[in-house]
Amino acid sequence: MPIGLESWTLARPEIFLAAVTALLLVYGVLRGEESTRFVAAATTVALLVTALLIFIPYRQGTAFASLFVVDRLTGTMKALTLVGAAIAIPMSQSYFERVKVWRFEYPLLVALSSLGMMLMISANDLMSLYVGLELQSLALYVIAAFQRDSVRSTEAGIKYFVLGSVASGMLLFGASLIYGFCGGTAFVQISRALLDGKAGELGTVIGLVFVVAGLAFKIAAVPFHMWTPDVYEGAPTPVTAFFAISPKIAALSLTVSVLMGPFKPLFAEWQQIIIVVSVLSMALGAFAALRQPNIKRLMAYSSISNVGYILLGVASGTEKGIQAMVFYLVIYTVMTLGTFAIILLMKRRDVMVENVSDLAGLGRTQPMMAFAMMILMFSLAGIPPLAGFWAKLYIFMAAIEAQLFWPAVLGVLASVVASYYYLRIVRAMYFDEPAEGLDRMTFGVNRAVAIAAALLVAVFSLAPQPLSLAAAAAAKGLFP
Amino acid sequence: MVLQAIAFYVFAFITMASGAMVVTSRNPIYSVLFLILAFFNAAALFLLLGAEFIAMILVIVYVGAVAVLFLFVVMMLDIKITALREGFLKYFPIGALIGAALLAEILFALGVFGSGSTTITALDRAGARVGTMENTRAIGQVLYTQYFYLFQAAGAVLLVAMIGAIVLTLRRRPGVRRQRIGEQLFRPKDQTITVVKVPTRGGVS
Repeated sequence: MPIGLESWTLARPEIFLAAVTALLLVYGVLRGEESTRFVAAATTVALLVTALLIFIPYRQGTAFASLFVVDRLTGTMKALTLVGAAIAIPMSQSYFERVKVWRFEYPLLVALSSLGMMLMISANDLMSLYVGLELQSLALYVIAAFQRDSVRSTEAGIKYFVLGSVASGMLLFGASLIYGFCGGTAFVQISRALLDGKAGELGTVIGLVFVVAGLAFKIAAVPFHMWTPDVYEGAPTPVTAFFAISPKIAALSLTVSVLMGPFKPLFAEWQQIIIVVSVLSMALGAFAALRQPNIKRLMAYSSISNVGYILLGVASGTEKGIQAMVFYLVIYTVMTLGTFAIILLMKRRDVMVENVSDLAGLGRTQPMMAFAMMILMFSLAGIPPLAGFWAKLYIFMAAIEAQLFWPAVLGVLASVVASYYYLRIVRAMYFDEPAEGLDRMTFGVNRAVAIAAALLVAVFSLAPQPLSLAAAAAAKGLFP
Repeated sequence: MVLQAIAFYVFAFITMASGAMVVTSRNPIYSVLFLILAFFNAAALFLLLGAEFIAMILVIVYVGAVAVLFLFVVMMLDIKITALREGFLKYFPIGALIGAALLAEILFALGVFGSGSTTITALDRAGARVGTMENTRAIGQVLYTQYFYLFQAAGAVLLVAMIGAIVLTLRRRPGVRRQRIGEQLFRPKDQTITVVKVPTRGGVS
């Protein structure tokens, strides 16, 4: 089967990103360490250009013998992933320069893992799903261990690698069962076989469970979350920021396209699984972080609970649910970027600190940054009328429309519990006496990102409609 | 038919026996060597199935690369085998449990496949295109056309693996002498050779 021109034009963002990465790799190898600044800047620009290429001009359809699919939802998810990655690169510069591992491979690995994320978002076949997932994960394992002289960073890398391989194994096991029982790996073939009566067979359901388990690991949903706090704490902080954003978006998008695509006929089966996973994630994310002194671990639990809310939108299985999911993901990305930008600015006597108690008294010493952090924390806690509140509201509305009353109620309760630890940060900043104030937060990328994120949250709080309409347009991609 | 059956039992027996030797032999080097034997016999089993491509890949990749790598690692690590054996009894129950679970799963899968399910025919239909063609040719026909995308993406995965290995392990230490072939080749003649007149029975000082 020849690959027509249509395939190349549909995949042009991916091809562009791969080509630029390869060129920059050659440049970096030839020029050595002094090329890092240029490679980082060029990669950032390339990621943003790739995001633009998805929409200008926008095309949709399947490509490469229908291994690859582009529609509104995948396009939006890819753009969000790429923007997250593009902002994560400049955010990491000051940190890596401080620990003297600012090397040109870092932005390139971020770009390659973004490429993997694009492939997995666009997957239309179990094989392309797996290859995309591996490309993404392998690059992430390496950057988790990027600060290779630090024991914690290498430990995070190894832990992530070993557990990630186990998850890949589970996914492959499930995929092979599905291939065996449905007679094909293409999503179209699978859904056709399921509609033809394969849905009742035990092997298919077992395969589905294993695939969902593999995906749940990648999005760090309970009970496959064990790696998250350790990896988030051990990995270099800018890498943690990247982990909390782009891979989450990509894996969630993949989960949705797998569940709502080929496994749509098994809706009743996977809905139960997703509801349980979602409620457990919300609960664990809320309770486990209550006494957490380390802010990076706290953000890990926060991301687990956020994934729980997003999965509740997925579990509703409706267009409203997917719309709420896209809306939530955009707000989550903005809030997480802002919070990590502030974490990256936390220094005392020029040493990075990462405890909640270190923020004590920030409200008096640096009112502007404290105010930005307060907006982000209130929004993460879901306090009205901030953007995080709208995001949760849309999710709960979608869940209730889909008759998921109990999960929605449990979600609200978990969100009340979780607001305690977000507010604990605010209390530390405004009401605690500082033992010794933090260093003045320097001007630069991170400060700009933090303030921009707080402003964006404010804008989305006052006017959620435009974003909600955009999310609705994206969700249409799945329900043509 | 009888010949093939005999061949199958011989290869299968040697595979199983050398597999057992891999885990029981006291010397890790012997283990690796038995592993190579197991790979070879597994390749022969694939040949009997008519999957000559996988057979050759098994020999090239596993025997040629992976097993040799194991051998290097075993020799470099200088493993004290008695120390490794200490944990054997401690880990035996959990190991046996996992083994039993795996065995049960395989039996279950075989049972479901065998129980009149139509899936085997579905797979046969997928393979019908290939027909009587030998499978190296069949793979060649789809690998660079239908599965071109996966081929390229797999290439990207290998690129990441390469970058990762270099980033995480390569260290530039000061004072390490490295060979610079360019400089070597550009040395002029008078720097590299000296013409010495050797007197008879004198030798070169």
